Amino acid sequence: MANPLVAEDTQAPVLGREATIEERLNGILSSYQRNEDQLIPILQQVQLAFGYLPETAMRKIAKFLNLPESTVFGVVTFYAQFRLVPSGRNMITVCRGTACHVRGGARILREVEKHLGVKPGETTSDFEYSLETVACFGACALAPVMVVNDKVQGRMSTAKVRETLGNGSS
Amino acid sequence: MVTVTPSRVEEKKTDTISLTINGRQVVATKGATVLEAALSAGIYIPTLCYDPDLKPYGACRLCVVEIEGMRGLVSSCTTPATEGMVVHTETARVTKSRRITMELIIANHHGDCLTCAVNQQCELLKIARYLGMEQEHIERLRKGTQVLPIDRSHPAFERDPNKCILCGICVRACHEIAVVGAIDLAFRGYSAKVSTFGDKPIIESICKSCGECISRCPTGALVPKWEKAPVKEVKTICPYCGVGCSLYLGVRDNEIVSVRGDPEGATNKGSLCVKGRWGYDFVSHPERLTTPLIRIPGTSRKLGQDGQLHEIFREATWDEALELAAKRLLELKENYGPDGIAILSSAKCTNEENYVMQKFARAVIGTNNIDHCARLCHASTVVGGIAAFGQGAMSNSYRDFEKTDLFFVTGSNTTECHPIIGSIIKRRVKFGGAKLILADPRSTELDEYATVQLHHKPGTDVALINGLMHVIIRDGLENTGFIEERTEGFEDLRQLVEKYSPEAVETITGVPQSDLEAAAHLFGEAKSACVLYGMGITQHITGTDNVKSVANLLLLTGNMGREGTGFSPLRGQNNVQGACDMGALPNVYPGYQKVVEPAVRMKFETAWGCELSDRPGVVVTEVADGINKGNIKGLYVMGENPMLSEPYLEHTAQALNKVEFLVVQDIFLSETAWLADVVLPAAAFAEKEGTFTNTERRIQRIRQALMPPGEARADWEIISALAERMGHPFGYESAAQIMEEIASLTPIYGGIRFDRLDQDGLQWPCPDSSHPGTPYLYQDGFARGRGKFHAMDHIPPAESVSKSYPLILTTGRILEHWHTGTMSRRSGVLSKLRPEGAIEMHPSDATKLGLIESDLIVVASKRGQIEVPVHITEKSPPGVVFMPFHWHEAAANILTSDALDPVAKIPEFKVSAVNAVLAVLDRAAQDNAFLARLAENPAEALKDYNLTKEEKSALASGDIRKIESWLGKLDERLRTWLILRLSQEKW
Repeated sequence: MANPLVAEDTQAPVLGREATIEERLNGILSSYQRNEDQLIPILQQVQLAFGYLPETAMRKIAKFLNLPESTVFGVVTFYAQFRLVPSGRNMITVCRGTACHVRGGARILREVEKHLGVKPGETTSDFEYSLETVACFGACALAPVMVVNDKVQGRMSTAKVRETLGNGSS
Repeated sequence: MVTVTPSRVEEKKTDTISLTINGRQVVATKGATVLEAALSAGIYIPTLCYDPDLKPYGACRLCVVEIEGMRGLVSSCTTPATEGMVVHTETARVTKSRRITMELIIANHHGDCLTCAVNQQCELLKIARYLGMEQEHIERLRKGTQVLPIDRSHPAFERDPNKCILCGICVRACHEIAVVGAIDLAFRGYSAKVSTFGDKPIIESICKSCGECISRCPTGALVPKWEKAPVKEVKTICPYCGVGCSLYLGVRDNEIVSVRGDPEGATNKGSLCVKGRWGYDFVSHPERLTTPLIRIPGTSRKLGQDGQLHEIFREATWDEALELAAKRLLELKENYGPDGIAILSSAKCTNEENYVMQKFARAVIGTNNIDHCARLCHASTVVGGIAAFGQGAMSNSYRDFEKTDLFFVTGSNTTECHPIIGSIIKRRVKFGGAKLILADPRSTELDEYATVQLHHKPGTDVALINGLMHVIIRDGLENTGFIEERTEGFEDLRQLVEKYSPEAVETITGVPQSDLEAAAHLFGEAKSACVLYGMGITQHITGTDNVKSVANLLLLTGNMGREGTGFSPLRGQNNVQGACDMGALPNVYPGYQKVVEPAVRMKFETAWGCELSDRPGVVVTEVADGINKGNIKGLYVMGENPMLSEPYLEHTAQALNKVEFLVVQDIFLSETAWLADVVLPAAAFAEKEGTFTNTERRIQRIRQALMPPGEARADWEIISALAERMGHPFGYESAAQIMEEIASLTPIYGGIRFDRLDQDGLQWPCPDSSHPGTPYLYQDGFARGRGKFHAMDHIPPAESVSKSYPLILTTGRILEHWHTGTMSRRSGVLSKLRPEGAIEMHPSDATKLGLIESDLIVVASKRGQIEVPVHITEKSPPGVVFMPFHWHEAAANILTSDALDPVAKIPEFKVSAVNAVLAVLDRAAQDNAFLARLAENPAEALKDYNLTKEEKSALASGDIRKIESWLGKLDERLRTWLILRLSQEKW
């Protein structure tokens, strides 16, 4: 059964990536102690390498640390920083801070969701866009704010969303 | 979660402290929490996440109390009680806090209590009532209640996250007691839930279906699919494996409607495995035998299909069936002498029934031709154990394992075949600091827990253990004091193992020298070690030698006769220990008293009022031969299924076709019963009284919960009725009465009476009615005086690989099924979990043969062939395939070797040379020499073919159309196989 939360290995966006997961993981794991305290640093390092945490990687980490796989999954899903699916080529971050909210941030988010057909935390099926939200970006003067790949776009409107995202991913 | 010892493996503290709770002086054991102190004093504190068998967790916040001198409210489940502490559990502040907590817990709980499966037992409901909830308050908190999907993927139970209160009990039970870790808490905040890895349906997880979580869930989040509220509960013992778990069967309308582990059970403390929790619906299966059957004259003895029963048998009354059986058995006795009849007793039946059966053989028929399936599993243990120690039983108890520092598990897939013992080992290793050495040709679940894994070649156990002893002696780790004081024959052993250097042992076993050295040091240096083994040790032509080797190792290091040490053969069947104890063996009376000893024989002759034979009888594995040679003319089989369990089934089938008269007494029309002349319907374990003796020598009572179906009767009643018709009435009226006779004739059972077995049972030896039983043997001396070392060389298995049979087949069991499947395959849950068999093969062998996962393959040995799907896994080492023997459609024992251990007469089930080939290819190759050549492998098979250039290029390029024009149309799977195979050929 397809599970939207866990990327099947075949979904990996780069051909041939799966073949090397094993070796790259071994490389990462070799620099860590087999101690359960190392779980979060390892997860961070692995995510840095792959852009997300592939299922095979989580299994291997569990084995390496002698932890149940379910425990690793529990930790991964508890922290917002960990991703279970590959992120898209473009990261869209919509600010939900107070200033953005009063200036229509929610409308901006709705428009992005509608346009891309994904919810925050999700990635479009063609891996073009990932959508995330942030509690406050700190650019309140520019509210409402949307960040596209580290580029801050201020004083957003639904029209500007459409313009930025073009015809979307679909 | 994974570093602290859970409370169930902690030692009980005996010191006490006193404290004041709600103005009352309370005495508590030192180390208890405030909650435990209160509960033991009968003071109720509501809690949802506390479970006495699990570590304190402090999640639900309902158990908060006020403690003088402490700020704020503290959770009583995580606060240790201390001397002089003053606790208040019911102040206004406490109550207010609990109410708010409870309101938050139930704010999003579906209030469908009337239709909820657990409504009467729901802890949430109970606490809500205790605290007095107000509808308005809850409604105020209620968000738009989310409806989460229910996981119905498992055949036995449902997971409803909407009723989950996130107490974590299921997660902790899975991690701390079952030590599986299939589930954990995942996600965060409002989305938090109990989840499998990847949030997949539970059936796709590593869940072992033990139900430890379900039995502890305080709400209706985890509920069995089939359970109904019982009218009464009956305490009894599980009829599957030799662990002997105590449980309660819930009964209603003469059916088992619920099962729960007995929390007070000495063996299992409430735990059960997948078979013990879900596997009892076979008892009420429509295929149960309900009336005696008599073969219609002239029908041939062959396995019938469903629905053919009435073409082969006619239903008969007990009178007719018993009369016929008695008449024919007496005729055979008259014509061929008593030894012309053989009897197979049953390790599934009670002690009382085995006793009555061996008495029937000896007193009524007059032969010692009585044996049972122990011959096929632990005959070598009985022989080897008696040779080394004087007793062939497990020397220690499960509770010893709690004190063991080092487990050496060999030839036992413990977590699948003895799951409750498997969990003890996992807990001890994971939480108790114990170490594990695992020696097995296959990888099993315990691999992950092992400090050292020794994957030796099948049939090289003696060499492996000799190697361990070589290193132990070389490095001075042997226990000299113990050897001098309590053993004999050490010098011979020392000299023999000298040549088993790690280098030499590596050559024989394939185990790297460094691993052998590490294991030897672990074992030699352990304070207390025990060896647990199963059929990987016993089912060899060297089975007895293997067992003696295990004994050598224990004697050498002084690991006998102390707590935490010992010799632990894990017996397979629920009552295989008891069936042996009861003398369902051809050479001994009950209690291992030898038939050849005149004084012993005279005792039994006096007691039974008849003359007895002094000739030891034939063993199970000689019965088929005896029939084929014409020595045995009649066979009476109770509760055994040799048509699936014997090695070299073709041979057994010939014999059972040839035997003049065959009586089979069983609960189902087994593969063997189909061949019978008279079939006698027996009562199942839940339909009779009696006792089972488990692998730790614990004699426990089973109790009648149901009426047998139709005309079925308890086995002891049937045998007694037959005996009476044959002119030797036994006069038994109850199982308890039989046990009194057993006790009077069997010193090791001398103190066993039904009324003494009500709680935990008793462990033999129990010589008199005031004796408390014996948890571990040989504290003061071995049964034979001194422990005896046996110096033994490695002898290779009877079969080895050859060009025609390049793989070694080893057989065994899997978690979800039992032996020949007569019971487990008639359980809805078990058969849904594992509907069909498969043969396990290493990827490298699969690649060589061009096989992909689930390919149907033909596996053949010299003796026969079967078709079975292949499961490609690294659990089997290269060159070794593994298959369970549960499946009649693909009976592993068609292939197995009937080579026997010369002393114990146990067959070498663990080593048979076989070959394997894709099934479609096998069929095509039968009339095509070209395909046959390719199927044989290795590459360059086509060199000797005189191929034209055109043919060569077509073959080299895999031009299927052209190839088909020569070979004829090929099966789709065969095409892909052929293309792959041709690509490996050098052109």
